[in-house]
Amino acid sequence: MQVRGTLSWTAAAACVVATLALQSCGRRPPPVAPETSPPPPPAAEERTPAPRPVPPPPAPPPVVPLELPPEDEFARRTLEELNRESPLEAVFFGLDSSELDDQGRTAADANADLLMRYPTWVVTIEGHCDERGTPEYNLGLGERRALAAQQYMVQLGVEASRVRTVSYGKEFPFEPGHDDAAWAANRRAHFVITSK
Amino acid sequence: MMMNSILRRVSWPSCVIAVALLLVASGQARQQDGVDLVIGGDVGRPPNFAVPDCLALTPDAATAEAARTIAEVLWADLEFEREFRMIPRDVYRTIPPARSIGDLSFDRWAELDADGVVSCTVRALSDSQLEITARLFSVRSFDNAFSVQYTGTNTNLRRYAHQLSDEIHRQQRGVAGVARTRIAFVSDRDGESVLGLVEDRPVKEVYFADYDGANIQRLTVTRILNLFPAWSPDGRSIGYTSYLSGFPDIVVSHLFEGRMTTPANGTMQVHNSLSAFSPDGLRVAFNSNRDNSSDIYVANVDGTNVQRLTFNPAIDTSPTWSPNGQQIAFTSDRAGQPQIYVMSVDGTGTRRLTYDTYSDRPTWSPAPFNEIAYSSKTGPGHDIKVLDLSTSEVRQVTFGLGSNESPSYSPNGRHIAFTSSRGSGRKQIYTVGRDGKNLRRLTSTGNNETPSWSR
Repeated sequence: MQVRGTLSWTAAAACVVATLALQSCGRRPPPVAPETSPPPPPAAEERTPAPRPVPPPPAPPPVVPLELPPEDEFARRTLEELNRESPLEAVFFGLDSSELDDQGRTAADANADLLMRYPTWVVTIEGHCDERGTPEYNLGLGERRALAAQQYMVQLGVEASRVRTVSYGKEFPFEPGHDDAAWAANRRAHFVITSK
Repeated sequence: MMMNSILRRVSWPSCVIAVALLLVASGQARQQDGVDLVIGGDVGRPPNFAVPDCLALTPDAATAEAARTIAEVLWADLEFEREFRMIPRDVYRTIPPARSIGDLSFDRWAELDADGVVSCTVRALSDSQLEITARLFSVRSFDNAFSVQYTGTNTNLRRYAHQLSDEIHRQQRGVAGVARTRIAFVSDRDGESVLGLVEDRPVKEVYFADYDGANIQRLTVTRILNLFPAWSPDGRSIGYTSYLSGFPDIVVSHLFEGRMTTPANGTMQVHNSLSAFSPDGLRVAFNSNRDNSSDIYVANVDGTNVQRLTFNPAIDTSPTWSPNGQQIAFTSDRAGQPQIYVMSVDGTGTRRLTYDTYSDRPTWSPAPFNEIAYSSKTGPGHDIKVLDLSTSEVRQVTFGLGSNESPSYSPNGRHIAFTSSRGSGRKQIYTVGRDGKNLRRLTSTGNNETPSWSR
């Protein structure tokens, strides 16, 4: 699934780096994972070096110079492209829970910041559940999760009209697996930019 | 013994639109003279029945095929209710088909311990028209217990067998067969993706099949998510939860009028799901968030007279009507985990029914049974359980193979359709007897789930 790549929850800790990378690079930002890191740009000295000697990198991704401010970068992308490598982060939930934990609030804070910077954006918060509940009840649980994320965003000052909600229950899992990691990845409020 | 001879002609409309085949064939009132001959078995066991291939009275290949298909389907239909013990068809392939009762090899059928034999003929009247006759003979008394004649088109041969089976069940056993009923469900079987801003999401569209899984037909072509189909009692409409407008709302497809309505009047803010028609077909119960909480509502099918029935901040969802329309059972997590509750149709007198780990999707049985089937978490997955409302006893009908969810009763209350992930892990539609026996899988392509059995 395309959206999974940049939104993988395990990479959530690296979200700030990811956001920076998205904004400063071209259509194909370098991967966050450092194993095959491109030649270190001067601004990226804080990155941990690769553990092994790195072979000469194959064709590095074309580095778009920094003359384009991020605003223009987002403006140039279609909604489909934006959502494929979304700058908005998912909020993850515990089993049967619809409460935002610290990590969830951090993600929602970052999303609220972005929405403040791009005041024309309208997002839909999709509520999702893991596969273990029933499809009927999960529709309600997904709605509860989407509403919890929406209410938190509104508390942060985002207009309610810019954050719509929809529940998809357990119908659209992001991770196809049937283990704890997949279930955790699928209990989420997923942010989709619906207009900009 | 009085011979009961029922000769009927049922005219089958030649319909262009496939859905029109849903129409119950409008047969004339049944003529019945004298007392039915009921074929019994030995004491303590159901009668043994045989259905050899029909005799093709015209020499073309299509008629030969029809003669085989009708017998094959009838055999399976007669087996389904478990009122007859069906002798496998391979056993009697060498017995020559009978043209008349005089032709019937009674000795050979008696050798097989058959109590009843269905003897049928198929004749082509034209390129598209058939004439089918069927008789049920008692092997012991040499008598004709039942006979019928149909003429009609050759477009859906299985339908003749289904009608014949329902008539034999009614005449011989007083049982309302379900061979002409249909099961609606949602499926991703056509491998399409949702049109939307997030890629690679499989669509779920509404389909329906005959009760045995044959004749699968697609109802919706929306390229979007559709869930929880539910038949209207007259079989002329299917309500379902559709994301057609970007949010979940109740859509009712009126199959014979080619139109859709949205009785719950959803908007970007007001989301509705999980519709259930009242037994009189005039009202629909559903879940809605319109008052900023997930609650049960009832409206007229035309969308007027919306009434809120639950006023709890918890999730109240998945309504099902009692057969007399006076009560509604539903799921609520007001006590923490989802459990089944029941209330009067005016929203009063709420009572908790289940104390399981996690219960959902109650479905009230038709009369004469007075029970509610539901899904209950029994381990990693769910199983189908049945709560007998007169004794408060709970019995389990599936046992831990995969996850078993979303039960729906057959109109005679003797069977339950449900979703199961047993086997491959893909979700498929199964039916099982209310005693937990006679399990059958109806689907095999893609994922198929949330069945609704037509009345």
